[in-house]
Amino acid sequence: MLAKRIIPCLDIKNGRTVKGVNFVDLRDAGDPVELAEIYSAEGADELVFLDISATEERRKTLVNMVRSVAEKINIPFTVGGGISSVEDVEILLNNGADKVSINSSAVKNPQLINDLAQKFGSQCVVVAIDAKQIDGQWIVHLVGGKVPTELNLFDWAVEVAERGAGEILFTSMDNDGTKNGFANEALAKLSTLINIPIIASGGAGNIQHFVDSFKEGKADAALAASVFHFKEIEIKALKQELRNNGIEVRL
Amino acid sequence: MRIVIINYGAGNIQSIMFAIERLGFKAVLSNNPEEIQAADKVIFPGVGEASSAMTKLRESGLDSLIPTLKQPVLGICLGMQLMCNSSEEGNTKGLGIFDVDVVKFSNQVKVPQMGWNQIYNLKSDLFAAIPENEFMYLVHSFYAPNCPEAIATTNYDLEYASALQKDNFYGTQFHPEKSGEVGEKILENFLKM
Repeated sequence: MLAKRIIPCLDIKNGRTVKGVNFVDLRDAGDPVELAEIYSAEGADELVFLDISATEERRKTLVNMVRSVAEKINIPFTVGGGISSVEDVEILLNNGADKVSINSSAVKNPQLINDLAQKFGSQCVVVAIDAKQIDGQWIVHLVGGKVPTELNLFDWAVEVAERGAGEILFTSMDNDGTKNGFANEALAKLSTLINIPIIASGGAGNIQHFVDSFKEGKADAALAASVFHFKEIEIKALKQELRNNGIEVRL
Repeated sequence: MRIVIINYGAGNIQSIMFAIERLGFKAVLSNNPEEIQAADKVIFPGVGEASSAMTKLRESGLDSLIPTLKQPVLGICLGMQLMCNSSEEGNTKGLGIFDVDVVKFSNQVKVPQMGWNQIYNLKSDLFAAIPENEFMYLVHSFYAPNCPEAIATTNYDLEYASALQKDNFYGTQFHPEKSGEVGEKILENFLKM
């Protein structure tokens, strides 16, 4: 059976991982390659690198990082953050990224999804959607949840799938950072509306939250950052517990 | 040993290059027929859409060369699919090496299949020392149905051929270069044939 995936997300600034990372055995806590190797060895199914740097040198630094990761890592990885053109994607894929994740640029220019799917194939196009509830409606937000759009989460997700996205990374801004669990109702609704894989993001605090995201939220994969970085949850133990709950995982 | 990765503008070639380097070998990229013919091992990658990949292959004249190769050839993902008779994707005529027609998954499952799934019914020297039911990384919307040339099968929607072999031609639907240590072992088995 196709396994449910566990995906650690690493924030990258100027080619280095940010946010305190609680790995005592790390030689260099800011080295994305070293962290990626550790997660890969622990049984992560994929990795996501989210570039949050805003410098002129941004692209070159990111490309170098992607290349170093691809040299060392034998599991798939996605790169996101500030990607806005076919050229941006081409250089990342050519240097060994398996997928790219686009967010604001897809909202501003939805045709980009079609262009990327046509040129590189749907399999490498992840559309990230950040949304939160306003008066009971799930509204898509940009800039890390700061700027609301006119878009409804579910309408946008359907459009994104029709335009050729291979996967949706849905982050609930209501849940993100709360450690109270994923937005399972919205996740499950997404799965009834669209037929491409959905990655759950935002809200992971304990192992049961992951169980629920798969069982109640019907997610295909679950992404988290701090619970992994601070070793609150270890990936091996998490996957074992998922298996104990009857959820197919790669162990 | 000369390892050539066929370079026809369709595929995540860098990942395969790096995986081969991690195994201690070197590969070169080429679309030159003489160089491909002279190689000890040939890898035929591919991601993206079948008909446009096939068009690129025809433009470079490699469509007639590949079926004549005598050394071990490994098609990966779309590379494997293009080695089949045809693909439903873009109504594409394939290279006809594997006697099977590639079709699309039904809407009973999420499409593409994306992630790690198990391979079993392993039948070839490609899988020497590989246990049954190991997880491999797959990303695809179209598949080769189970057939006599299947050397591994996987279950998604139904049981389908996740690897194929005919004589010196091998194909894997999964990405050995992205499937952890087990994937690298399969790649190593191929390179050591």
